[in-house]
Amino acid sequence: MTISREDVEYVAALARLELTEPEINEYTEQLNSILGYAAMLERLDTDNVVPTAHAVPLHNVMRGDQVGISLNHEKALKNAPDGEEGFFRVPRISLT
Amino acid sequence: MMIGQSVSELHERLVRKDVSSVELTKAYIDRIHSVDPTLKAYLTVIEDQAISQAAEVDRKIANNDGLSALEGIPMALKDNLCTEGIRTSCASKMLENFIPPYNATVTDRLRGAGTILLGKVNMDEFAMGSSTENSYFGKTRNPWDLGRVPGGSSGGAAVAVAADEAAFALGSDTGGSVRQPAAFCGVVGLKPTYGAVSRYGLIAFASSLDQIGPLTKTVRDNALVLNAIAGYDPRDSTSVAYDKPDYTKFLVNDIKGLKIGIPREYYGAGIDPDVAKGIQTGIQTLIDLGAEVSECSLPHTEYAIPAYYLIATAEASSNLARYDGVRYGLRAEAEDVLGMFKKTRAEGFGQEVKRRIMLGTYALSSGYYDAYYLKAQKVRTLIKQDFDKAFETFDVLLSPTAPTTAFKFGEKSADPLTMYLSDITTVPINLAGIPAISVPAGFVKGMPIGMQLMGKAFDEGTLYRVAYTFEQNTQYHTLKPSLSGEVLASVSR
Amino acid sequence: MSVADKYEMVCGLEVHVELQTKTKIFCGCTTEFGGDQNTHVCPVCLGMPGALPVLNREVVNYAIKAGLALESEIAEFSKFDRKNYFYPDLSKNYQTSQFDLPICIGGRLEIEVDGEKKWIGITRAHMEEDAGKLVHSGETISTSNESSVDYNRAGVPLLEIVSEPDLSSIPEVLAYLEKLVQILEYIEVSDCRLEQGSIRFDVNVSLRPLGTETLGTRTETKNLNSYSSVRRCMEFEIARQARKLKAGEKVVQETRTWDEGQGITLSLRSKEEAHDYRYFPEPDLPPLVIDREWMERIRKTLPELPTVRRARLQALGLPAYDAAVITQAREMADFFDEALTYYGDAKTLANWVMGDVTRLLNTNQCSVLNSPISAKQLAELLELINKGTLSGKIAKSVLEEMYSTSKDASAIVKEKGLAQISDEGALHGIIDTVISANPQSVEDYKAGKDKAIGFLVGQIMKATRGQANPGLVNQLLKEKLA
Repeated sequence: MTISREDVEYVAALARLELTEPEINEYTEQLNSILGYAAMLERLDTDNVVPTAHAVPLHNVMRGDQVGISLNHEKALKNAPDGEEGFFRVPRISLT
Repeated sequence: MMIGQSVSELHERLVRKDVSSVELTKAYIDRIHSVDPTLKAYLTVIEDQAISQAAEVDRKIANNDGLSALEGIPMALKDNLCTEGIRTSCASKMLENFIPPYNATVTDRLRGAGTILLGKVNMDEFAMGSSTENSYFGKTRNPWDLGRVPGGSSGGAAVAVAADEAAFALGSDTGGSVRQPAAFCGVVGLKPTYGAVSRYGLIAFASSLDQIGPLTKTVRDNALVLNAIAGYDPRDSTSVAYDKPDYTKFLVNDIKGLKIGIPREYYGAGIDPDVAKGIQTGIQTLIDLGAEVSECSLPHTEYAIPAYYLIATAEASSNLARYDGVRYGLRAEAEDVLGMFKKTRAEGFGQEVKRRIMLGTYALSSGYYDAYYLKAQKVRTLIKQDFDKAFETFDVLLSPTAPTTAFKFGEKSADPLTMYLSDITTVPINLAGIPAISVPAGFVKGMPIGMQLMGKAFDEGTLYRVAYTFEQNTQYHTLKPSLSGEVLASVSR
Repeated sequence: MSVADKYEMVCGLEVHVELQTKTKIFCGCTTEFGGDQNTHVCPVCLGMPGALPVLNREVVNYAIKAGLALESEIAEFSKFDRKNYFYPDLSKNYQTSQFDLPICIGGRLEIEVDGEKKWIGITRAHMEEDAGKLVHSGETISTSNESSVDYNRAGVPLLEIVSEPDLSSIPEVLAYLEKLVQILEYIEVSDCRLEQGSIRFDVNVSLRPLGTETLGTRTETKNLNSYSSVRRCMEFEIARQARKLKAGEKVVQETRTWDEGQGITLSLRSKEEAHDYRYFPEPDLPPLVIDREWMERIRKTLPELPTVRRARLQALGLPAYDAAVITQAREMADFFDEALTYYGDAKTLANWVMGDVTRLLNTNQCSVLNSPISAKQLAELLELINKGTLSGKIAKSVLEEMYSTSKDASAIVKEKGLAQISDEGALHGIIDTVISANPQSVEDYKAGKDKAIGFLVGQIMKATRGQANPGLVNQLLKEKLA
C-alpha cells in the first residue's frame, strides 16, 4: 500500500494540523516507510483472535450518582487563552 | 556529603537528626544550581515551596512524631504529572504556560507521604521519544557522557537521580520510557503492572499503555516509592483494586530455585554484542546465586513494534485532540475557529508529536481501521498470550533493557523508524500490561547498561526479589558519574 | 399536498434524551439546569490534560430501564467508544459514546394515528455525553464574528434512541415522539423538558416514488428541539426533495441544519468528511457486563407502562377516552389507582378525578403530586356520597374546602354540620309543617301538576338549610300526599 500526498493532506485536515509543503513531503515519505514496515502484520493470521483493548481485564467500573466538587470560575478559566465574563471565547465558527 | 545517598540512608539520617529536611533540601537545590545548567534535567525548580515543605517535616521531627519512609525526602516529577499551581508543560510549546488546577493522584500521594517536591523534569514532548531530544525546552545530557542522550522519554527523571539532583523521581512508561533512560543513566527504573498506579493527572500519551513508575538509586528505594504511589484510585477507571503488599517484604537476598527465562527473540539484530555480553555476565551471576535459567521463546516479539506504534499513535491522536487553543494552552490567532485549530496545533506541537498524530489518525481513518488498528489489537492479544505461556514455566523473564548503551545526540533522530526499532525490548511489556524493572548491570565503554526483568501481572514482588539479590551481589549501582566542577564548566561554555 | 401523489416519505428518527441523574455521566458535576456559565465544570468535563472519566452507575440503570420499556434486548456486553471530531463545544474534541456494541439492541413502540395502530421499530439506544453550549455574538452562527463556550452541559448524560425508517407521515412522526416522551417520563428516566433542551431530535428524511421499495437518498437534519420545528422542518425537506426529484436532480446525502427564523434547512457539511469519526474503543473506560440479575433488579422498578395501564382501566369499565386521559401522565394515573384501592366505582371516580379534582389543580397550577387532597381523602368523600351522608352538590363544596385546608371530608362535614338529615322522625315534623303552610301547592299537586312537588321539596330543603336527604324527602312527601 502506498500513501499518497492527498492521503496525507486528508489526514492532516482530519487532525486539524496545518502542514507546510516540506512537512507534507516528509510525512508522506515517513508514513510510507513506517506503514510499509507495519505491513508485516499481514503475515499473521488473526481471524480467530479477539482484539485486546485493555491491558488488564476489568468491567463495570462505576461511581455513585453523588455530586462532587466543581471548579470555580477563576480556576476553570485560569488557563484560557481568551476567557471573558466566565466564557471561553473562540473566533468565528465557519460551517464548512 | 549528604546528597547522593539512597532514600533509605537519608531516612536513617533524618531519624537520627543527623541532618534536617531543610538542610537536605537546600543541599539538593545547591546541587541543581551547580550541575543543572549543564545537564538540564529540570524544567522548573520550586525552591521556596520545597524549603517551606521541608520545614514542616522538620517540625514533625522536632516533635518526635515519628517519620515515615519517604518523609522529608526531596524528589522530582516528570513534567507530564500534574501539579496544582505548578506549571506542567509536557515539554511542549503547547503547554508552556499551563498551570493545572489539580494534582495527579501520584502527586497527592507523594505529598501525603511527606516527600519534598524539588521541581519538574525534562522529557520528550508528550512522552514521545527515546532520547529526550524531542523536548521543546532543549535536550538533557547524560551525566556519564555529556555528548550522549540520557534516553527517554523520562530522560530528565533518570538524570536527576543519576546526577544526585533528586533522591528519586517519577517517570512514565508507555513503551519503555522509564526503563530505557534508567538503563542509559545507570539507575533503577520500574514500569509497574498496568492498573497498579493511578493514571489520574498523568497527561495521556497512549491511555491503554501509559503507566507511572519510580526511578531510584537502589531496588529498596524503588519498593519504598512504589509502596507510596501504588494502589486503587477511584478516579482512574483502569486502576485495579488489588491486594497491595508491602513491597519491601520481597527484598530478600535469595533467588535459589527461581526459574528465569531468557527470550531468544530479544537478542535479535540490532543488539550491541557488548551489551549482550554484559547481560550474559549478569545471567551468570544469577545462576551462581542459585537461579534456574533457561532459554525460552516469545514468538510474536517482532510484531510488537508495528503493533505498538499503531496502537500508541492511534490513542495519542485522540488524546491530543484536546489541544486546540480554546480552554488552555497555546492559541494561534486566526479569523475563524478552523484556522485557529490548525495553526495552534501546527505551532504548538513539535515534529515527532505531529508525525505520531498523523500516523495515528491515518490508522483510525475510514477504510484502514481493520487493517491497522484492529489488526494491531489482535496482535496485542498474541503477544499477551506469548507471555502467559512463558509464565507458566518461568517466574521472571530477563533481557537487556535496551539493545545499545546511550547513543550520541542526533545519532538516531534523523530516521524515525530506526528510533522506533530500538524499542523492541521494552514495548512488548506495555502491550501485555505486565511489570518490568531495569537494574544497573555493568558498563560498556564507560556507559551503563541495564538488565530488564519482566514479571507476571501484579507480581512486582518477585521482580524486586531478583533485582535486590542481583544488586546485593554486584557493585554497579554504587558507581557514580564523575561530574567535576571543571568538566561541567567546560561543557556548558 | 401534491407531493403525496407521486412520492412517499420514509423517515427515521434519532432522539437524544437527557437522563435525569444528579451528576454528569463521567464526573461529579451537577446536571442542574441554569447556573452561571462554566460553574458546573471540573477537570474531567473541561477535558483538562490528565483528567479521567468514571462512569455514573445511575446512567447505566436508566439506560437499562429505558431499554426494557422499549422492549429492547439489553446487551450482556457493551462498551464505550470515542467518536473523534473537532468542534469548540466538545471539550476533548472527541465524544465518548457507544459505537458497535450499544447497551440496548432492537425494540419497538406502538403508535396510533387516526385510530390506526402501528409498531415502529427501534434499532438501538446508546449512552453518550452531551457537548457544551455555544453562544454567538451575532444573530446566527454564520454571521457571528466570535462565539463563547459554556461547558456546563458538557458531560450531561444522554440516551440516543435510534428508530428504524418505519415512519411514513408527519403525524406518525409526531405520534412516535409523543409516545416516546410519554414512556420516558412514565418510567422516570428523563423529565423531557423540551424548553431546557433536555430532548433533541435528528430527523432522517428521504422520498421514493410511490409503490417502490428501495430507499431514496436521505438527508439528516440535526438538533431540532420542538415538535413544531420537527413538523416544519419535515414539511420543508419533503417539498425540497420532491422539487429536486421532479426536476430530475439528485438529492445529496448530507447533514443539514434547521434555521428556525427562516423556516428552512441548510447544508451543514458534506457527509464524506463528517463520517470519518475514527471510532475506537475508549481506553479509559472498561467495558460493561450486564448480567440477568442486574437487569431483573431494574425490571422490578419499572412501572406499568401507559398502554398496559390504559387497557386495564378500560377493562374496569372506563370509556377509552377516560382511560386515555387518566393514563396520559403517570402521576395522575398513580393518583387514580391509589384512590381506586379505597373506592371501587371506577367510573364515578374517573368523573371526579377528570372533573372537579383536575379543575381545582389546574386553577391553582398545582401538580397532582403536590395535591392537598390525597387519593385516600377523595375516596372517603365519594364514600360519604354513597352512604347518603352528603349530596353530590354539597360534596363539591366539601371538596373545595378539602383543597384549601387538606382536612378529611368527614371532619369538614362534622365541623360544619353538613351531614344530611336522613332521620325519618326528624323529617316528619318539618314535612307536616310545610304541607300545612302551603295548601295551594298541595292542591296543585293533587290536581296533577307534578311541578308543585318541586316547590314543596324546595321549601323543606330550605327549612333544613339544605341538609335533608333529597331522596328521602321526596319519598316521604309523596307518601304523605298520596
